Amino acid sequence: MATAEEVAKAAERRDVRDRWLLSAPALLVILFAATGPLLIVLVYSFLTPGAYGDVKWQFSADAWTSVFLERDIFDDTLSLAAAHVTIFWRSIKLAVVTTLATLALGFPTAYFMATRSEKTRDLWLFLITIPFWTNLLIRTFAVLQIIRNEGIVNTILLKLGIVSAPIQILYTDTAILIGMAYVYLPLMVLPIYASMEKLDFRLVEAGYDLYATRFKVLRKIIFPLVKPGVIAGSILVFIPALGAYVTPSVLGGGKNMMLSNLIELQFGQGRNWPLGSALSITVMIIVMAALLAYVRNAGKSGVRHG
Amino acid sequence: MPDKPDRNAIEVVNVSKIFGSGEGQVAALDKVSVSIRENEFFTLLGPSGCGKTTLLRLIAGFDFPTAGEILLYGQDIAPLPPFKRPVNTVFQSYALFPHMTVADNIGFGLEMLGKPRAEIKARVAEMLKLVKMEALAGRRTGQISGGQQQRVALARALAPQPKVLLLDEPLSALDYKLRKEMQIELKRLQHETGITFIFVTHDQEEALTMSDRIAVMSSGKILQVGSPWDIYDKPAERFVADFIGETNFLTAAISGVGSGKARATLKSGTTIEATVAEGFQPKDNATVVVRPEHAKLTKDKGDLSGTVENIVYFGTDTHIHVHLDSGEAFTVRQQNTRSAGCGFERGDKVGIIVGNDAAQVLRD
Repeated sequence: MATAEEVAKAAERRDVRDRWLLSAPALLVILFAATGPLLIVLVYSFLTPGAYGDVKWQFSADAWTSVFLERDIFDDTLSLAAAHVTIFWRSIKLAVVTTLATLALGFPTAYFMATRSEKTRDLWLFLITIPFWTNLLIRTFAVLQIIRNEGIVNTILLKLGIVSAPIQILYTDTAILIGMAYVYLPLMVLPIYASMEKLDFRLVEAGYDLYATRFKVLRKIIFPLVKPGVIAGSILVFIPALGAYVTPSVLGGGKNMMLSNLIELQFGQGRNWPLGSALSITVMIIVMAALLAYVRNAGKSGVRHG
Repeated sequence: MPDKPDRNAIEVVNVSKIFGSGEGQVAALDKVSVSIRENEFFTLLGPSGCGKTTLLRLIAGFDFPTAGEILLYGQDIAPLPPFKRPVNTVFQSYALFPHMTVADNIGFGLEMLGKPRAEIKARVAEMLKLVKMEALAGRRTGQISGGQQQRVALARALAPQPKVLLLDEPLSALDYKLRKEMQIELKRLQHETGITFIFVTHDQEEALTMSDRIAVMSSGKILQVGSPWDIYDKPAERFVADFIGETNFLTAAISGVGSGKARATLKSGTTIEATVAEGFQPKDNATVVVRPEHAKLTKDKGDLSGTVENIVYFGTDTHIHVHLDSGEAFTVRQQNTRSAGCGFERGDKVGIIVGNDAAQVLRD
């Protein structure tokens, strides 16, 4: 007969095996659909571009040098690739501003939702998720309809006589920002709401009781306690915003190139797959560095996660 | 009872609080008036839903009264937000800030009041010492036990030196032994700080042991205010007598009312002397209460007679349930001695002697 210890050990082994079996499908998907392609991209970034796209299997670090530098075609000297730097900066700026804008809009929204009664909370949650039912491109065109010169906003402003000529919003940076904030707002609201819902509002009362004004309660009690949600929301918005493609193209009119456009260009007309690969990985590195810095900084004075 | 100055710290005047509107309207407080004296340990006692916590929240400023005034040393504070009232609360859940250390929690109120850093530090140290938590000043509130959290909550509320401290069932989450300890601790703190305490509880024993005065509440009304002695020995109404301690209710005809005394003729025909409130009109169908420990069981003839129905041993004492010949039930509490049993057995025919000062006539 097996001793109790053997039985326990066997059960534990079974447990471990079951866990692997259960997670196997997800692991396989991650391996083949994420890690694999990523490795291919990494390898491609060190190869030579082929004449009609694709790559030649010949090592070259050229792609990496041309991420931020450009080689003068006449004297072969290297100088800073001003165009690339501008594009990087523009994309990073847009991602940061989008994150801040969605935070400014999303925090009060989440607070509002979390302070409703339990029944109405579900309704608000449902309303917040409705935009996800529609394709991103369609949502972006919807924004375009609203802000274009003959759109709803300008028509109303003209009819009311507030402006004499339509305001040019479409194809400006403002248009891109409006579109981005609209598209990414749910990604900010949902994690903040999740944190806010768990917030013990008796702590808020305790704050008021201890002479904290409304603003102080927000700053000293509510904000630190929902910070995990704010961090999660910022990450969820910042990452896709940095690589946003559809919204800046449609609403910005393609006048100003974004990182995503630049990368697309390399794989398309540019026929420089290695450079496209190197740019992609650079974006990833920027995202990771930004996240690390952000999380560290935010975690320093804040709450432990969980 | 020590001498208390007659100044009122809090005066609640005709305060009503109605929640909801239309059909779903609930009156949590119905024209409540009560005065709480300076430096007093005042308890609001009642079952859940009686309005005691609502009254406390109105004084704290978390809710606003539908009608009436709340005066703090003569000044109406009812319209002020909580952060403008020199009143602090110890919450039932403690509501300690989980993202701050013990010391930061205690210093929070002072910090919000804009006190200089050195003063905050000194005061926090003083408070830590007062509640014996010096060793844990740097801990997060999630890393300390329930009893310790309780002490921190107390220290946090006391640190800004409020004029009145409100305590909302602060001991209900503690186990029996710790609760006993904290009861003594709270009394000590109240004595040492000299701050007026308003304590909310549903635990009658807690109310009796700790309070200078008790207000017994039910269904949004205050039924009786008085010292623990008054409340226990001279309950005015059936609810008060029933809620606090155990009581025997006897139907009696009251006659000969005068100078706080009256003659009560019980169903058995015996007449006993009973205390009565001023201005009581004699009537046939009144209720008289007798505490179980104020009656004595005898094998001879007593004021009442009956049969022993049940005997319950409680360690310190024994409860003997008697079925009276009149059909009523009566319980006698008898102090235990070490040597013998209680001296009675189930089915015994017994007499009950009601002491001269043991019976109280109820108002209703």
